[in-house]
Amino acid sequence: MTLVTGNNVTFKQLTDDVARPIEDPPLGWWLAFGLALPLLGLLGVALAYLLWEGVGIWGVNNPVGWGWAIVNFVFWVGIGHAGTLISAILFLFRQNWRTAVNRSAEAMTIFAVICAGMFPGIHTGRPWLDYWMFPLPNQMQMWPNFRSPLLWDVFAVSTYFTVSLLFWYVGLVPDLATMRDRAKSKIGQFAYGLFALGWRGSTRHWQHYEKAYLLLAGLATPLVLSVHTIVSFDFAVSNLPGWHTTIFPPYFVAGAIFSGFGMVLTLLIPLRKWYKLEHIITIKHLENMAKVILLTGSLVGYAYAMEFFIAWYSGNAYESFAFVNRAFGDYWWAYWTMVSCNVISPQLVWFKKIRRSPMALFILSIFVNIGMWFERFVITVTSLHHDFMPSSWGYYTATFWDLAFLLGSFGLFFTLFLLFCRFLPMIALAEIKAVLPIANPHYGEEDGHHE
Amino acid sequence: MPAIFPRWTNKIPLALGVLGPLAGVGLVLFVWVYFSPSFTDVGYRPEQPVPFSHKLHAGEMGLDCRYCHNTVERAAHAAIPPAATCMNCHSQVKIDSPKLAPVRRSYNTGEPVPWVRVHQLPDFAYFDHSPHIAAGVGCASCHGRIDTMTVVAMDQPLSMGWCLDCHRNPEPHLRPLDQVTNMSWGDSETEDTMIDALRKLAGTSAPAETAGEQQTYNYREDPERTRLPEPPVACSGCHR
Repeated sequence: MTLVTGNNVTFKQLTDDVARPIEDPPLGWWLAFGLALPLLGLLGVALAYLLWEGVGIWGVNNPVGWGWAIVNFVFWVGIGHAGTLISAILFLFRQNWRTAVNRSAEAMTIFAVICAGMFPGIHTGRPWLDYWMFPLPNQMQMWPNFRSPLLWDVFAVSTYFTVSLLFWYVGLVPDLATMRDRAKSKIGQFAYGLFALGWRGSTRHWQHYEKAYLLLAGLATPLVLSVHTIVSFDFAVSNLPGWHTTIFPPYFVAGAIFSGFGMVLTLLIPLRKWYKLEHIITIKHLENMAKVILLTGSLVGYAYAMEFFIAWYSGNAYESFAFVNRAFGDYWWAYWTMVSCNVISPQLVWFKKIRRSPMALFILSIFVNIGMWFERFVITVTSLHHDFMPSSWGYYTATFWDLAFLLGSFGLFFTLFLLFCRFLPMIALAEIKAVLPIANPHYGEEDGHHE
Repeated sequence: MPAIFPRWTNKIPLALGVLGPLAGVGLVLFVWVYFSPSFTDVGYRPEQPVPFSHKLHAGEMGLDCRYCHNTVERAAHAAIPPAATCMNCHSQVKIDSPKLAPVRRSYNTGEPVPWVRVHQLPDFAYFDHSPHIAAGVGCASCHGRIDTMTVVAMDQPLSMGWCLDCHRNPEPHLRPLDQVTNMSWGDSETEDTMIDALRKLAGTSAPAETAGEQQTYNYREDPERTRLPEPPVACSGCHR
């Protein structure tokens, strides 16, 4: 399989292709950055108002005490999963096609986890007390409750962030050295040089690098499963019908990978065009990711169906009510938005024409993003708004500030991602050179029909 | 190509690896110690509008705490006395003292004397004086030796950890119910226990007098107590 298309792409050409947009960003980058910055500003305003006024600016109240803050948290943590899957599991399985997308997917992971981590940090409106989440000695003799999944979440997400960041950074080191050596300005040389850690590309360097990378891949692999499993425990460990479900861990992991690949497509399809990287991130890559979306989307659809089956099969009246209410109650619109985006739309990937069309996949990926956000909304809100006592039933409506935080988190995410594209090579240069046709020892031999 | 960084920079990652964790631990320790009320609050001694001396009234004259703070046994709040309480005596003694002018003004107008509050718990911590008195916790256990203070200052941190220390193990702070307002009962609680501990370290046992009544008091066998104290230790005990 040819992973890099085009005739006789040389190592030098490849480096030039990837480094050019960094040295001279295309118009598309400026347009996108111009859109992302105001959204980041909106986040700043929303944060300032939240700290000034408190969480009363959000729509949460009895009975829906968990609103968009946790919806956004789970949404963003889920997005991060594609990065870990691509970087760790596909690496261990020697799926070479990952080399074209792993760098940007890992960056996406890190920025998505930053967006996710923001929400637990601010959801009480008192971020200066965030150290209460960690087991640190203090004058209150207060200690986190180790029986609470919310605490497991703190450890799961922070471990995930640390390992993802290390993985991304270790992979970047050889490419940072490339950028250092290409840099014309003193500042560029200094900045790239600082983070390149004195990389000279000696055999010993490569040996250490390969070892570290493999070890980190091994460490990160269980995290693909553990993080969203523990996020799902936030819900599943409680006793609320609609949350108290054993299928949650696998269902959340599948959903997370689904949404993560959706976001990778959303980011890469425009970028490969603006950055003229269509010969590196080829249609074949997009097709592979579309297939992952089809698989995980179908798994998620299976989980939706299974929840209904169990609600009926268990014979539990409250469980049945929760699910009938979910599909046909006050929030029916959210449920059916979720089902159409997550279950129905990915089925289009069965058609070869659609899974090989960047435009169609881009639109599909937007639907996946919308659907997965709604999934978390449906799980959180529909389970809470009609709980055990009809006297305390209510209808939850988000406020403008809820929306500001969602849009603002997108602003933060896109700003970070665009800055990444602006200053760092978005393709793992050192890795992709190994899969170039000319890296094949038999390249150019008489009968060498190199596949 | 010339080197961008001098050779000594090779040591930076190593130094960061050592100093980074140390800085983290240092920060935690710093906040733990210096952000805690035992550092920030103990010793708080605001200037009061009237130079009222607890040392004179409660110490040398021996007024009972409850003569002025008369609601302490029945209410959550230990009342600050109205000027009328002061005037019980000061209509006879020191009637012209300029230091007492704010008290006389308050007595005549009904406007309270603007005392500055010394002991203040946050609103989210529920506190009631009366069960503490009923359980036999001495005034001095929380407020210190008020009878030696010319100007009242905070003696204890009143931090959450400090409250919990006693709620989890109240025994060392309980005394016979009729000794609650006795400032010097089992005085060893503060100073002498330290001396006792030092004596123990030195291997000499404490002389019988200083061991005193406190060491022999067992609240479980006190016939005066109709029920034993059960201090709450759950969150909702104080954060209601």
